[in-house]
Amino acid sequence: MEIHRKHLSDFLSQPDDAMIICRCEEVTKGEIRAAIHDGMFSIRELRRFLRCGMGLCQGRTCERLVKAILARELNVRPSDLDDASSRAPARPIEMWMMANEVFWHG
Amino acid sequence: MAEIIVVGAGAIGNASAYYLAKSGAKVTVLEKDSCIGNGGSSRNGGGVRQSGRNPAELPPVMYGVRNIWPGLSDELGMDIEYCQEGNLRLGKTEEHLKILRELVRDAEAGGLAMRMVDRAEAREICPFLSDEVAGASWCPTDGHANPLLVTLAFYRAARRLGVDFVTGAEVVSLRKKRSRVVAVVTACGSVYEGDGVLVAAGYGAGKLLRTAGIDVPMAPVLMEMLVTEESPPMFFQMLGAAMSDFYGHQTKHGSFIFGGTHGFEPYTDSSRLTGTSIAASNTCRGVIGYFPVLKDLKILRTWAGVLDDCFDHIPVIDNPVEAPGLTVGCGFSGHGFGLAPVAGLLLSQLALGGSPALPLDRFKYDRFRAKARSGNT
Ligand SMILES: Cc1cc2nc3c(=O)[nH]c(=O)nc-3n(C[C@H](O)[C@H](O)[C@H](O)COP(=O)(O)OP(=O)(O)OC[C@H]3O[C@@H](n4cnc5c(N)ncnc54)[C@H](O)[C@@H]3O)c2cc1C
Repeated sequence: MEIHRKHLSDFLSQPDDAMIICRCEEVTKGEIRAAIHDGMFSIRELRRFLRCGMGLCQGRTCERLVKAILARELNVRPSDLDDASSRAPARPIEMWMMANEVFWHG
Repeated sequence: MAEIIVVGAGAIGNASAYYLAKSGAKVTVLEKDSCIGNGGSSRNGGGVRQSGRNPAELPPVMYGVRNIWPGLSDELGMDIEYCQEGNLRLGKTEEHLKILRELVRDAEAGGLAMRMVDRAEAREICPFLSDEVAGASWCPTDGHANPLLVTLAFYRAARRLGVDFVTGAEVVSLRKKRSRVVAVVTACGSVYEGDGVLVAAGYGAGKLLRTAGIDVPMAPVLMEMLVTEESPPMFFQMLGAAMSDFYGHQTKHGSFIFGGTHGFEPYTDSSRLTGTSIAASNTCRGVIGYFPVLKDLKILRTWAGVLDDCFDHIPVIDNPVEAPGLTVGCGFSGHGFGLAPVAGLLLSQLALGGSPALPLDRFKYDRFRAKARSGNT
């Protein structure tokens, strides 16, 4: 669907803007809202712009919250928004182990 | 006021849009994805590297490093994490050192200050190297920046200058009027018209340009990267190896970003952005071979991206004579991040019919020739 990116109304602070949404990278609700008003209209852009969801848990905890904030600011339904991609490895893994590659009977 | 339609919202399309708007043009950027900068521009290694590049690319990339990169955070109003701490390309064997000496020779011929350093000096620059390192090439003016932020910073700054962005807008054909390319048609059937069209669509440019009779010989090549957990600051050089088995750097927030080549790239499926089973393992072996101290770092994420590899591995930056009105910037062959700001500047100048800041003869579309030439048989 072709979407002309609009300019949102001016950013107005809210009482709970200091609330931490992404705990791994310590990103607040206010930072997320400000980035949306700066034109970051997708989960991926928000991740890349603010690092929310890019830390140790890779967004498992906060992605739903970020999506809800984005949907509210854009005035769309969360289900209208694309998810970020989940990427391998499923759990953090040491470089030496990844380097091994061979099947390990241990 | 000139009106330009830009196709592609990667680093190069966004930079072009920014410089166009700064020159007073009215600009619309059309991006097929639902997200800005989801192509190579947000998937690359972040290298702002002059060393080891094709000699033809040295003038623009050196221009960018001298005149644009150092002030880019200020220009765009946000920190893009440019870090100019040099590039070490490491070697362990005599064969490696021979490759590195050749790179140094090429650089010197192109006016780039670069030299060989021995084991001791390499360790002085970066104390974490393996004992096996025998020497390195050293280019002190190379560096890196955060590609995610650079791509979005140009987008954000362009928007602030009034550039319109449309996502979900896949351009399927270029349209001529009185033999000038001035409009495009999208998959939804919308028509966007201006005074000219600037195509900065990476590998996607190939198919699109053919609708105007322009055929840039490019192949898609899948490249993969990984990022580790954060660690305390260790070193900020850009690093690589003579055989390109790995390259990477530590980012401002502490993670290491590494990529590498395994040799099977031309034969992997690039139609899906799924990593292969060999790339991350290969890169880790490359990294650990040069930096054993990093072996316990955890990998958080791996990803893949596609290169628009041009026939001669340098881009097309041109107004093809065959298609007046059209400006082409594609085929960056894996070097387009370091070049993005200067490429955007040059493309904006071409699109507005001005004279570009640098000669662009080496990047012309008419350089491609088939093997058998007339008079050659
Ligand atoms: C893994 C990897 C590592 C790399 N490492 C480095 C590095 O260290 N240093 C360096 O300098 N370079 C590096 N590169 C290369 C660099 O990322 C690219 O050269 C650069 O990002 C190209 O920018 P671009 O804007 O032309 O392309 P892209 O970012 O790919 O943008 C093109 C955009 O056009 C859109 N598009 C395509 N077709 C259409 C269409 N028909 N209609 C509308 N939109 C369309 C795409 O969706 C995309 O958003 C690397 C690349 C990869 C993949």
